[in-house]
Amino acid sequence: MSKLQPIAESIDDALTIAGVEYSSRLLIGTGKYKDLEETRQAVEASGAQIVTVAIRRTNVGQNRDEPNLLDVIPPDQYTILPNTAGCYTAKDAVRTCQMARELLDGHALVKLEVLGDEKTLFPDVAATLVAAEKLIKDGFEVMVYTNDDPIIAKELAEMGCVAVMPLAAPIGSGLGIRNPYNIRFILEDAIVPILVDAGVGTASDAAIAMELGCDGVLMNTAIAAAQNPVRMAIAMRKAIEAGREAFLAGRMPRKRYASASSPDKDW
Amino acid sequence: MNITVNGDSIEVPAGHTLANLVMDLAVGDQRIAIEVNEQIVPRSTYEAYNLKPGDHVEVVTAIGGG
Repeated sequence: MSKLQPIAESIDDALTIAGVEYSSRLLIGTGKYKDLEETRQAVEASGAQIVTVAIRRTNVGQNRDEPNLLDVIPPDQYTILPNTAGCYTAKDAVRTCQMARELLDGHALVKLEVLGDEKTLFPDVAATLVAAEKLIKDGFEVMVYTNDDPIIAKELAEMGCVAVMPLAAPIGSGLGIRNPYNIRFILEDAIVPILVDAGVGTASDAAIAMELGCDGVLMNTAIAAAQNPVRMAIAMRKAIEAGREAFLAGRMPRKRYASASSPDKDW
Repeated sequence: MNITVNGDSIEVPAGHTLANLVMDLAVGDQRIAIEVNEQIVPRSTYEAYNLKPGDHVEVVTAIGGG
């Protein structure tokens, strides 16, 4: 009797961003958690290796003894991805990245987002292009948040962004993948990793993004605003893995009529 | 002399350096980055950086965000 051979897990299916290999394709944000302990637990449960943070003014003199975020997400264990959330101009976004680089001792990987409007948090694409170009010239490795426009996505990749991250739906909306056809267009022409950033609401949304062929998903609110964030972090880890495996496996063709799974009855 | 730190106007002694200011601010062992008049000041130069009246100082750190 032959022993069951376990199928090789896709251990060599790494996500490579700016020359660094990651085994996890789930990237998570650290906003909106109840406290730092919940943040720590959710990050750990998610298995994420790349974790986004925001850059803000310190509360001068008020929090000397409070733990801070980088104590619970140590930069020697995680790839910290500073973002430019809250920036509405290219200049502001570039400044924020420069501050982040100083803060993180020369760290070049950043998540660029230049927002256009508070209501939708849609990107200001024209300003995003300007900021991306400046940052790339200045030596940054830019992962860029953009809308699901294939033309712009291509331009950002050709410009030298290390990853292009189209939104699935507005930031924090949890509406899921609103335009899978556009995401697919973006994937067809991809020359850098494409990650869905923003809009995922629950595990099936993450799985759909991965089944479409996305290289990864970046999310925050879907985990942080779940009733049980740590449990949702686990769900998201599994969904990302399942979706990736399904994509690599190749789904069966859709058919209009039934097709029996058992052979015809012959007795 | 008067300077602005994170939007607040404060008084510091003449000849105050950025290193002195960091001590005053009690940011503890948080990782921070500092900009003076929109120019990043590398951490290694805080000791030698003399503040001037009217300087606009921004002190930032990493916080939760997505």
